[in-house]
Amino acid sequence: MDRFVFLTFDGLSKGAVLAAFALALVLIWRAARIVNFAQGAMAVAAAYAAYTVTTATGSYWLGLLAALVGGLLLGALVERAVMRFVDHRSPLAEVIVALGLVLVVQAALGMVYGNEFRAAAAPFSRTALEVGGVPLLSRYDLFVFGAVLLVLLGLALLFTRTGVGLRMRAAAFAPEVSRLLGVNVGGMLTLGWALASAVGALAAMLVLPTELGLHPHAMDLVFVSAFTAAVVGGLDSPPGAVVGGLSVGLILSYVSGYLGSDVTPMAVLALLLVVLLVRPGGLFAATVARQA
Amino acid sequence: MSELLRVEGLTAGYGAAPVLHEVDLSVPAGTIAAVLGANGAGKTTLLRTLSGLVRPSAGRVLLDGRPLTGVPVEKLVHLGMAHVPEGRGVVAELTVEENLRLGGLWRRDRADANKALAEVYELFEPLAKRRRSAGHQLSGGERQMLALGRALVARPRLLLLDEPSLGLAPKVTAQIMALLKQLRDRTGLTVLLVEQNVRSALSVADTGVVLALGRVVAATGADRLRDDEELRHAYLGF
Repeated sequence: MDRFVFLTFDGLSKGAVLAAFALALVLIWRAARIVNFAQGAMAVAAAYAAYTVTTATGSYWLGLLAALVGGLLLGALVERAVMRFVDHRSPLAEVIVALGLVLVVQAALGMVYGNEFRAAAAPFSRTALEVGGVPLLSRYDLFVFGAVLLVLLGLALLFTRTGVGLRMRAAAFAPEVSRLLGVNVGGMLTLGWALASAVGALAAMLVLPTELGLHPHAMDLVFVSAFTAAVVGGLDSPPGAVVGGLSVGLILSYVSGYLGSDVTPMAVLALLLVVLLVRPGGLFAATVARQA
Repeated sequence: MSELLRVEGLTAGYGAAPVLHEVDLSVPAGTIAAVLGANGAGKTTLLRTLSGLVRPSAGRVLLDGRPLTGVPVEKLVHLGMAHVPEGRGVVAELTVEENLRLGGLWRRDRADANKALAEVYELFEPLAKRRRSAGHQLSGGERQMLALGRALVARPRLLLLDEPSLGLAPKVTAQIMALLKQLRDRTGLTVLLVEQNVRSALSVADTGVVLALGRVVAATGADRLRDDEELRHAYLGF
């Protein structure tokens, strides 16, 4: 029973990060109807920016700031310089360009930083605090929950309470009408990419200390898990991404806890396959998926 | 009366073959101009070209004497032009309140934008009762009210209206026409009204322009189009 409780908390902590990463995918999907397959690589690039800053200054927090700012800029750059010019009539074109971007980013990171693993620092202890003799959560887990919760609240407020959020939603749902109403649709699209990329960068910063560390391919498997979470949640739905993230986190934690961590990558792929076969629209899809 | 909208030699279309051919048009401020013509005459393309959604291959559009060439679509509302597109363009996923707020978001004068919003709710009481309903939950008439109201939140000088009567009951259409007349008389709003429903359009219009195959074939007073049987037979088919 203790083990089950521990695995549950561990799964929720993993799931919180997956939720944030899935949310980043959902943000871009809602804004541009593109599944950003390059998100993992872009997030790793932001994490390398953090690594550079933290190494130079000795401050984790300045590094985190660098990752977030770097994520924003990289997202805006990718939209302005690459995605804007992709032929949107074929969804395949976007997928292939995104995959190409993965190769470019990972190769560039390999050239600059090398292909070895580098330790990713955690700002808080990762030793689990015991409650009644059962190890539950570490201070770092609490930091992860807090950070993800803050992002969720921030995005919810942005989209429901501010003029910019309203513009972003309108631009995504009805671009032409929005332009007639004075909305700079292109600008909203860039902003959507920038925000999503920053959220992805934060997720990478949160997950890397709990994995093997920093490496150009460090987010590959996390991306697959987060993509699964986003699909479970229905791609269109931010609350769905959160529930999807937590569910996938729990499943992975139980699988690795009871069956061994060697099975985890296979479990992720199996889960993705099952979801795509059984409920490709996602469990939370409100409407039939629009054709991209 | 001063001229608010002037169109000179406008040629535009999609792809190689133009839909509009050298269209000239003049709409005095504070009047309602009806654009009439059969299906495919180019009425919608004319409005879309005026608001910059379609780029003209020749000719120009002047608003209050200022050429609109090169002005981005999203800036036109700043100059006082509002376009309610065909099919009304209500954002179905947003609520009534959000749709209306969207219409005034660009405005610096927040106080007046809020005042305009309150006025729209006064003008269209059914909307006030459904503030939190999503666009897709509204009836056809309510959607038309919402689209019109959203345009009015911007306090435009020129309103481009594309087929407001489409799919509406005659009674609702009559209400909307009466409202346009009221806005013209009370606030000096200028309207360019594209309509298939010739009778209801001419019931409120001051002038009428008849398009056929993308060319202006008649431009005259609305009363003449109403009363001149020959003209009506020739171009409007009744």
